[in-house]
Amino acid sequence: MPTLASKKRKTTARNGRPAPELIFGDLWDFDPAPETADPKLKPRYELFINGKFVAPKSGKYFDTINPATERKLAEIALAGPADVDAACRAAQRAYDNVWGKLSGRERAKYLFRIARLLQDRAREFAVAETMDGGKPIKESRDFDVPMAAAHFFYHAGWADKLEYVAPGRRVAPLGVVAQVIPWNFPLLMCAWKLAPALAMGNCVVLKPAETTSITALKLAEIIQDAGLPPGVVNFVTGAGATGAALMAHPIPAKVAFTGSTEVGKIIMRSLAGTDKKMTMELGGKAANIVFDDAPLDQAVEGIINGIFFNQGHVCCAGSRLLVHEPVAAKVIAKLKQRIKVLRVGDPLDKNTDVGAINSKEQLAKITKLVASGVKEGAEIYQSPCPLPAKGWYFRPTIFSNVAMSHRIAREEIFGPVLSILTFRTVDEAIEKANNTAYGLSAGVWTDKGSRILKMSTELKAGVVWANSYNKFDPTSPFGGYKESGFGREGGRQGLLDYCQLV
Amino acid sequence: MVRNLMNAGQSVSLRRLFDEVGQVDCVGIEERVAKYTTRSIKKASKLWGLRTAVSMVDLTTLEGKDTPGKVASLCAKALQPADDPAVPQVAAVCVYPAMVKHARRALGTDTAVRIASVATAFPSGQTPLRTRLAEVRAAVADGADEIDMVINRGAFLAGEFGRVQDEIAAVRTACGGATLKVILEVSELETYDNIRAASFLAMRVIRPGDFIKTSTGKTTLNATLGNNQVMLEAIRDFYLDTGTAISMKPAGGIRTAKQALQFLIAVKETLGDAWLTNERYRFGASSLLNDLLRQIEKERTGAYQAPYYFSEAAESY
Repeated sequence: MPTLASKKRKTTARNGRPAPELIFGDLWDFDPAPETADPKLKPRYELFINGKFVAPKSGKYFDTINPATERKLAEIALAGPADVDAACRAAQRAYDNVWGKLSGRERAKYLFRIARLLQDRAREFAVAETMDGGKPIKESRDFDVPMAAAHFFYHAGWADKLEYVAPGRRVAPLGVVAQVIPWNFPLLMCAWKLAPALAMGNCVVLKPAETTSITALKLAEIIQDAGLPPGVVNFVTGAGATGAALMAHPIPAKVAFTGSTEVGKIIMRSLAGTDKKMTMELGGKAANIVFDDAPLDQAVEGIINGIFFNQGHVCCAGSRLLVHEPVAAKVIAKLKQRIKVLRVGDPLDKNTDVGAINSKEQLAKITKLVASGVKEGAEIYQSPCPLPAKGWYFRPTIFSNVAMSHRIAREEIFGPVLSILTFRTVDEAIEKANNTAYGLSAGVWTDKGSRILKMSTELKAGVVWANSYNKFDPTSPFGGYKESGFGREGGRQGLLDYCQLV
Repeated sequence: MVRNLMNAGQSVSLRRLFDEVGQVDCVGIEERVAKYTTRSIKKASKLWGLRTAVSMVDLTTLEGKDTPGKVASLCAKALQPADDPAVPQVAAVCVYPAMVKHARRALGTDTAVRIASVATAFPSGQTPLRTRLAEVRAAVADGADEIDMVINRGAFLAGEFGRVQDEIAAVRTACGGATLKVILEVSELETYDNIRAASFLAMRVIRPGDFIKTSTGKTTLNATLGNNQVMLEAIRDFYLDTGTAISMKPAGGIRTAKQALQFLIAVKETLGDAWLTNERYRFGASSLLNDLLRQIEKERTGAYQAPYYFSEAAESY
C-alpha cells in the first residue's frame, strides 16, 4: 500500500511556518440561556421530624449560600442534640408501630409515589439543586434528578421481593438507620440512602450537608405529600456537631456515611466498640488508564467527563490520568484542545458545562493543592475561558509531568483538576493505579477486550469502567476498597447492607 | 472459500489503515454528539446561526424528473431566498450534469451562487472510470464550479484502497479549477471506523478547500451528527498534522433549522471559528432552506408563518 505511507507529509512547523492551530474564538457567541423554572424556595427551612416541619429547639438558623452569586438563598434550621434525639425517637416509634409491621408490597406503594412525585417536580428540583450547590443545570436536569427518581423506582420494585436478596436466608430490617450525606450530589445521595433503607423496612434519620440542605427538605415536602407515616423519614440539618450527635445517638442500629475519608475515620473511631453497623463511602483518587490502542477522541471525552463532571466534586472522579507513553503527547494535546470549548459560568445557563465550586472553603482547598502542584514541579495548563466576576469558580486545570510522589497525585482534590502521569507497560499501569490509599473507581481505555478483563480483576477499585466513565445505574452496586470505604450502595448488594440475616 | 479468503485479505488491509489513522468508539462518539443537542441557542446567536446556515446551503434537486424549468425556479430561490435583505444567498445549487447548462443560464455568470454538479455516475459510481471522468469534464465545460463525486465503495470494501485513492486523484485532475467534493456514502461504509479511514484516503489526495461529504441522499441513512463528527475530527486531525484545511459537507436528512444549528455547534466546538463559513462548511439539502427562512421570520416577527408564505423548494433529497 505505497500510497498510504508515502502520503505522510512533513509537518509545517518543520518548514519554518507556524504549526496549524484551531481558533475557538467569539465568532459565534451564545446568548445567555437561563433555565427559568421556579425553584419554589422558602425563605426559611425547618427541621423535618415526625412528619412535620418543626423549629429547632435552640431557635438557631444558618444561611445557605448560592455559590454562583455568593448571595443568601435561605435560612436552614440548626439541629442540636435535643432535635436529633427527638428525630431518633420519632423514627423508633414509627418503626415499632407502623413501618416495621407493613408488608413489602405496602412499602413499595409509598416508594413508587415518592418517585413519581419527584418526576412531576423534576424541573423545580433541578433548579433548586443548581442554585444551592452550583452544579450546571444540564447535569441536575439530566442526571441528578432523574437518577434520584430511578433509585426510588428501582428499590420500590425490590420491596416486595426481599426474599430474593439473600437466597436461602431470610432478611429482616435493622430498625432505625442514621445517615449523613455529602454536598456534591445532595438529592441523589438522599435517594441512594433513603430508597434501600425504606424498601428494606428501616426508618431513617438523615442529615444533609450544611451547604446543600434545600433539596432534602424539598424532598421532605414530597414525603409529606406521599403520605408516608410520620417518623419514617426525618431530616435534621446542621454542620459537623449535628452529624456527630446523630452518629453517637444510642437508637440507630446502623450508621451510613458518605463523605471525606478524614471525617469517615473520625466517625469510625467514635463508634468503635459499639454494636452499630456501619457503611462508609469515602474519598477517591481514581486512575483513568488510557492505552495506545484506545479510540483517542472518545477516551479524551471520557477523561473530560471523568474529571470535570460536577466541577470534579465527585468521589469517583477520574482525577489521575495514566496514559500510555506512546500516545501521551497526543492525548495531552487533544485534552487542551477540548478544554478550550468547555463553557464555565452561570450554572443556571443551559449551555454551561462547568459550574460553580460548592463553597469558599472548597475553592480555597483546590487553590492550595493546585499551588502545591506548581511548586512541586508539575506543568500546569488552565482553560483560557472567562470567569464570572462574582461567585466561586475555578478554571478547568490539567497538570502534566506529574510524579507519583506529588501531592496532586496522592491527595483527593475534589475539584476540576486533572493530574497526568504516564506508564510503559500493563503491569506498571496496574501498579501505579493501585498505589494509592483509595480504591473507589477506575477507568480503562483500550480496544483489546482481554486487557479490559485483566485490568478489571487486578485493579483494586469498587467500580472499573471500560471505555466509558461515570456511568451509574440503580442496579449496579457502588462502593470502595481500602480507605474509600466499605459497604455497597445500589443493586442487590446495596440492600444487603440495610438488613440482618435471620 | 474464495469469499472467506477475500474477507481475510480485506480485514488485514483495513486493520493496517485503522492502525494508522486511529479508530472510533461508536458509543463514545454518540455520547459526544448527544451533548450538541442539549445546547440552547437563543436570540441574536440563533439568528446568526440561522443566517449562516442559509449561506451554507447547497440547494439541491436530484430527480429523474428534473427539467430546465424546475432548475430555473431552484436558481431563482437560490439567488433570493427571502425578501428580507438580511438573509444571504445560498452557497450553491446542486444539480445533475445534464442540468448544469440550464442552471448556468438561469444564474448567469456574474453571481456568487455557485453551481455544483453530481458527476461520476452518481449515486452508485458503478461505471468505468473513463466514463465517470468524461462526465466530470462535461459538467465543468458546461459551467459547473464544483463537482460532487462518489467514491468507489465497492473497491473500498474489497480493501483496494490504492484504487479508491487513485480514482479520487483522477477526478481531481479532471476537475481542473473546479472545487471537488468527495462523497463517502457513509451508509454503505457502515462503521465509524470505515468512515474515518475513507475520510483520510480522500483528504490525502484532494486540495485545500476541497470537501469531503457524507452521502448522496439516495440511501436510507444520510448525514447524522455521529458521522458528521467522525468526519470533522478527521479533518481536524489532518489539519493539525499537515496544515491542509479540508472542507466538510453533510448531505441528506438535515431538514430542520434545529438540526442545522446542532451541526453548526459541532463545527464550532470541533474545528472552531475558521470553519464557520460556506467555504469550509456546507449543507446539502432542499427542504432545510424553507425551515431556516421560517425560523428567521419567527425570530423577526415572534410568530410562525404558514408554509405557503415561503416559495416552494425542491421536495427530494
